[in-house]
Amino acid sequence: MTIDISQFYQVFFDEAEELLAEMERLLLAVDVESPDAEDLNAIFRTAHSVKGGASTFGVTDMSEITHVLETLLDRIRKGEMALTGEHVDAFLAAKDILKMQLDGHRLGSAVDQDAVGDVRMMLQSLAQDVPVVALAPVAPAYNAVETKVVDHSGGRRYRLELPAMAHREVQALGEELGLMGHVSITPLDKDRNAMLVTTHESLDDIIAICSFVLNPEDMQVTELPALDAAQTQKEKAARDQVEADLGYGFFDSADLKPALATGEGYGFFQPLDEIRANAAAGSENAQGYGFFQPVEQIRAAAGIVIETPPEEEKKVVKKEEKEKEKAPAHAGAESASIRVSIEKVDQLINLVGELVITQAMIEQRVDTLDPMVHQRLLASVGQLTRNTRDLQEAVMSIRMMPMDFVFSRFPRMVRDLAHKLGKKVDFITNGAATELDKGLIERIVDPLTHLVRNSIDHGIEMPEVRRAGGKSDAGRLFLSASHQGGNIIIEVSDDGGGLNRERILAKAQQNGLPVSDTMSDAEVWQLIFAPGFSTADVVTDVSGRGVGMDVVKRNITAMGGVVDIRSAKGFGTTISISLPLTLAILDGMSIRVGDEIYILPLGFVIESLQPVPDDVKEISGKGRVIKVRGEYLPLVPLHQMFDITPRFSDPCQGIVIIVETDGRKAGLFVDELVGQQQVVVKNLESNYRKVAGISGATILGDGGVSLILDVAALIRSSRQLADESIFSS
Amino acid sequence: MAEIQSNTAHASEIAGHEYLAFKLGAEEYGIDILKVQEIRGYEAVTRIANAPEFIKGVINLRGIIIPVVDMRIKFNLGEPVYDQFTVVIILNINGRIVGMVVDSVSDVTTLTPEQVKPAPEMGTAFSSDYMIGLGTIDERMLILVNIDKLMSSPEMGLIDQLAA
Repeated sequence: MTIDISQFYQVFFDEAEELLAEMERLLLAVDVESPDAEDLNAIFRTAHSVKGGASTFGVTDMSEITHVLETLLDRIRKGEMALTGEHVDAFLAAKDILKMQLDGHRLGSAVDQDAVGDVRMMLQSLAQDVPVVALAPVAPAYNAVETKVVDHSGGRRYRLELPAMAHREVQALGEELGLMGHVSITPLDKDRNAMLVTTHESLDDIIAICSFVLNPEDMQVTELPALDAAQTQKEKAARDQVEADLGYGFFDSADLKPALATGEGYGFFQPLDEIRANAAAGSENAQGYGFFQPVEQIRAAAGIVIETPPEEEKKVVKKEEKEKEKAPAHAGAESASIRVSIEKVDQLINLVGELVITQAMIEQRVDTLDPMVHQRLLASVGQLTRNTRDLQEAVMSIRMMPMDFVFSRFPRMVRDLAHKLGKKVDFITNGAATELDKGLIERIVDPLTHLVRNSIDHGIEMPEVRRAGGKSDAGRLFLSASHQGGNIIIEVSDDGGGLNRERILAKAQQNGLPVSDTMSDAEVWQLIFAPGFSTADVVTDVSGRGVGMDVVKRNITAMGGVVDIRSAKGFGTTISISLPLTLAILDGMSIRVGDEIYILPLGFVIESLQPVPDDVKEISGKGRVIKVRGEYLPLVPLHQMFDITPRFSDPCQGIVIIVETDGRKAGLFVDELVGQQQVVVKNLESNYRKVAGISGATILGDGGVSLILDVAALIRSSRQLADESIFSS
Repeated sequence: MAEIQSNTAHASEIAGHEYLAFKLGAEEYGIDILKVQEIRGYEAVTRIANAPEFIKGVINLRGIIIPVVDMRIKFNLGEPVYDQFTVVIILNINGRIVGMVVDSVSDVTTLTPEQVKPAPEMGTAFSSDYMIGLGTIDERMLILVNIDKLMSSPEMGLIDQLAA
């Protein structure tokens, strides 16, 4: 039976990547002083799963590293070693190496073999810190079988009565315990089994291992007296009998030297060539199972660490791991989620968008029908409308992803960066479950990375400086996300030195930017978004790398977002990014100017009103302003901006919509309001180009196209228009 | 001289292709049929503010928004009248879809390399940069247009040029 496993490579790559990310998360979360046993187990499990997957798919370089990693983790987990910061560093380095190797396999990118070697050496030397572990040479493996067999007979014997559990799990447990000593399994009634373990390890360790697959309380443990030779012989015979019946006596040990001579056909004493052939062919016959045992025995004998195992041995290990890992991997994949390519989702969203338009068309057509005559048709259409809305919402939510996707990559970066700069940083995230469109999530990563870097590099001070300022040694860096109306607010906040107004002004003057000392703080902070602006005294590789603040601002503006800075000297800086939830759909208000219909995103609208003549004032050369509740707002006549012949040129006959963007309000003067509707945003640039004052287009119920107003740009350009008129007059 | 040669070289490469012939005023033009996605009647467009006059606006082509340009206005040929005979040629220029309003579409013809003569330096509304050559079929003469180059030129302003 041969299975083509190449089709599963992608699954392995994806899974391994997730596992590595999970491992990193766990490592960063672990408390070095008093590590939680469950955390350590979780880390161990991720390493173990990666190893299992890697071995299954023959990715030997990854399985080697994970094996060494696992060994060290295992010692720490069992309490044989105390966890130190050094260990965490080494584990993180190993994770990076694994990621590099994974990318090497997946994308064909270069793998730095020296670094791989270094990390392996580091892990091995850490593992060797415990004196009892002697790194015995293990190769060549098969010659060693007879000579290097460990005599467990001197160890203590435990009888474990296992609760009812799947045969497969019993087997896996047996293999796991086989690492510690000599194990044999005797079936009891039904699904229950008893396991006889002879080992030098403590009982606690055995129970710890068992707790991976079962609840230790369900297990009965009894310590048996040491056996004398005769008993051993007797027991062996009995066991052999059972095993012969059941055909899975392969956990039985290699200390049964007599079996060697008899060549009974459990497989592990077959000639090497045959074993190889079996392993390579993935043979699944009963004979083939046997050969796991010697390897495990040797490993146990050699203090578990395997240094560059010979090829055939790895194959053997691989086979074993495959058996163990297959089941859980399958179960996990089936339950929680499925992987779908983003193209399929986007196609779905487009189709639903079309459906919504068609539905709107039908709704419009039936509007003219007599409700008495066509009552049932109208009721059906009403239902169609509701269903379509629900469907649209459901489909849109597929694209939504939690911010955790972005946030999770920062703890590591913060840690490394703080370490490098000699600063202490507590990194706190909030609202990681907040959902955002996938397209936006991907685009927010770079700007956010830059802001976090900036906060650590420029914001948070050195521990001495902080102490002098009466703050705690460790700076605090907050990353938070929350919903606010139709927007998501992402904030990067630190309790560092804050922005330095004088220095920014001086630097801006030096750069030839138009500044004055009377500028408000908010205006001064905006200066740091100017291209080529940096107040850093020294350009380090931290601040010299990546995108500048101008690019941050540009990226966020391109996403329809707004950046806002709040800062107080000595208390820190908060950079707040406000983004629309999704780019694909928006609530809009349709407005008419002349013959044209435009869509005004509802998020910008505060109110609409028809002004009385007294409230509209002319400011010479600067256009008109409108007085709304004691506030004078600039009046932006849309017909003038778009060069349309309007129906009304007097604001008192038309409608003025008060809009707000970037914290500024303005009155948009239009002919009339048509209605309010959800629109699917279509990109104008995919076939045309960017149009000033327009952010996109949408298709109306009648199949016609309507343009969506870019309110921020309109207000900006109206200001420019006014400025220009000053210059020209 | 060198340019004419390169133009002819180019022409012989793609000649033997089929061309869609259309009319703008009194002149007859030809474009590579493979660039044409479909031909449809003129329908109401949504005007784009502050765009040049020859860009009529945008239309909804089965869910995608495409710009429509009127070649008659752009090249000052014929009268830009819009009636049931006005035709829009939908072009696919390297994945970007553009509608082009012309007076009428005549036929699809195959031109052999011999039938394609090098373009003169002057004499048409198009700059010779955008011309492949002149195609002759008996008494007819087609001005063969490199529609790719024309539509992506900054002169048309259909594509955002990379910021200098």
